[in-house]
Amino acid sequence: MSLVQATNLNKTYRVGDIDVPAIKGIDFVIEASSFVAFVGPSGSGKTTLLNMVGCLDHPSSGMLKVLDTDIATLDRRAAARFRGEHIGFVFQDFNLIPVLTVFENVEYPLRMVQKWPEEKRRAQVLRMLDAVGMADQADKRPDQISGGQKQRVAVARALVSQPKLVLADEPTANLDHDTAYRILELMKKMRDDFKTTFVFSTHDPKIMGEAETTFTLEDGRLTNNNSSGGSHV
Amino acid sequence: MFDVISIASRNLLRYRRRTTLTLLLIVIGMVAVLLFIAVAGSFKSMMIGQITDALIGHVQVHRKSYVASIDSLPLNLNMRPNILAQLDDKLKANPAIAAWSPRIKFGGMFSNFAETTSIRINGIDPEREAATVPLLPGRITEGSKDGPLVGRGQILIPQLLARGFKSKLGDTVVVVATNRDGSVNGKTFVVHGIMDGVTGPGGRDGYIHIDDARELLRMNEAEVSEIAIRLKDFSRLDKVSSQLRTGLESLTNKEGKPMLEVHDWKQLSPFANIANMIDLMTLFIKIMLISIVLVSVMNVMIMAVFERIREIGTIAAIGTPPSRILSLFLAEGLMLGIAGTVVGIVMSLAGIYGINLWQPTFNFGQQQGLVMAPTIAAGDVLTIAAMVVVVAVIASLQPAWKASRMDPISALRHV
Repeated sequence: MSLVQATNLNKTYRVGDIDVPAIKGIDFVIEASSFVAFVGPSGSGKTTLLNMVGCLDHPSSGMLKVLDTDIATLDRRAAARFRGEHIGFVFQDFNLIPVLTVFENVEYPLRMVQKWPEEKRRAQVLRMLDAVGMADQADKRPDQISGGQKQRVAVARALVSQPKLVLADEPTANLDHDTAYRILELMKKMRDDFKTTFVFSTHDPKIMGEAETTFTLEDGRLTNNNSSGGSHV
Repeated sequence: MFDVISIASRNLLRYRRRTTLTLLLIVIGMVAVLLFIAVAGSFKSMMIGQITDALIGHVQVHRKSYVASIDSLPLNLNMRPNILAQLDDKLKANPAIAAWSPRIKFGGMFSNFAETTSIRINGIDPEREAATVPLLPGRITEGSKDGPLVGRGQILIPQLLARGFKSKLGDTVVVVATNRDGSVNGKTFVVHGIMDGVTGPGGRDGYIHIDDARELLRMNEAEVSEIAIRLKDFSRLDKVSSQLRTGLESLTNKEGKPMLEVHDWKQLSPFANIANMIDLMTLFIKIMLISIVLVSVMNVMIMAVFERIREIGTIAAIGTPPSRILSLFLAEGLMLGIAGTVVGIVMSLAGIYGINLWQPTFNFGQQQGLVMAPTIAAGDVLTIAAMVVVVAVIASLQPAWKASRMDPISALRHV
């Protein structure tokens, strides 16, 4: 079953009077429960692509379906609702909310986006913190934990609302290699445990190999696909 | 809502110094306004009290057109006994009226047998006058304040006149007046008391017994120039005045037009303008408070949004609805307003309490050592509090709106 489907996808930015194409007519399919990487050098269009898959940006042309929803049809509010219900995000800089504890950061999507009841929310947050090995750090604030721990918390936050898809833009860029591998292992384990599709971007050749499916982007075009959970059509 | 408030409070505590400074500005503004309202209100009440309770009364009834020509104290515009009887019935039937006093007012010449000057004479019923303007005895600077204000054959003379004519208590003086028909009559009086003028040393009002006034003016009927009225509840002045106006419309002349007119103290005393100026100053102080709250809260909220752009991008990306982002920032403004209001009210009430303990005095006209006793109505406190809270929320609106409309991609890219 395909979770994400892109057909002749284009994205062009307007910079002053000049049109700058960032994504140039690409096609791909991402299957459910797969572990996918978009790889390529800086400026190749990875982040632009992830932004569109994450309903943060609209394609200029072509079609992009996520969970059978044409994301071009979503307005701002609908896109926010769609993200809140179906997509988790892991950011390069972790982007935890500094005034909230680890527990509260993970709790945030359930509390402020989905409004789960407190008891159910608490159980789910503890389950996720336990899954990422951060249960014992629940009361700490983000500035009291390491970079790797922050990213674990970010993974827990992305997964806590049980989304179908987690998007991670360069999730290991700010981590040392050992920590980076551990985060990827954690993401894989989460995929196995929760059947969530993970799509991440990276420009680190050592990390690329961890993905089960790799789409290589160069200058806005897909140039290669090593596939087991996705395909370059 | 509780979740929004909880996170908003954390965000406010994130920049403690800035939040404290903003709160301080709101508190200072609130204290300044509430103290000003309390002190100015106290001064205003005392001033109005002196004017109404020692001179004018709360409301006065005259024959139509009397007030328009009051400077000449016309005797041909007095109220006649038949109208007065009907007026008496109306006033007796009105439960809002505590007392009323008939007066005959006329201009005359005052002489100590050596010198002569003009004087405004008030012919009063001593007991009814004391009930209607209870602070009048307090204006007696020399002479007895106890007992009837003035008896038959006695006169209370203004301080300025007494000083100029070197008149003392017990001196015999003459008052000469022209009656309505143009004939002149004189009558001797014994100086029973010397009074200060409420509004300053320029007062030229003397008081005699109303029967002496009628005798001096050779009135065949018990005419009255004005009726001064005291209300049970001064705060209902406008309503009762209006009721009286409506009620007295039925007393008409031969042409069917109303014979009487009702004026409250504001229409009779120039000090109403000072009271209006105090109200105007209060309004300007309130506008200053609004400006302080608006600018300080807007400043802190604009900074909050600017410093948290990436954070806003993050919460927007993970699906926080724009309305919730808006409410997060509005809640911060709301909490700043509420916190500033609570602290401001506590400090203002403490300040008012402190002034009441301190009991500073001031002079008004000839009245020396009036004790300032500031009070503030709960309604004023609630109005100011509501104003501050609403303005704080309004000040947060623009930054909150900006945050809620932020493009997540641009926000996440922000360095």
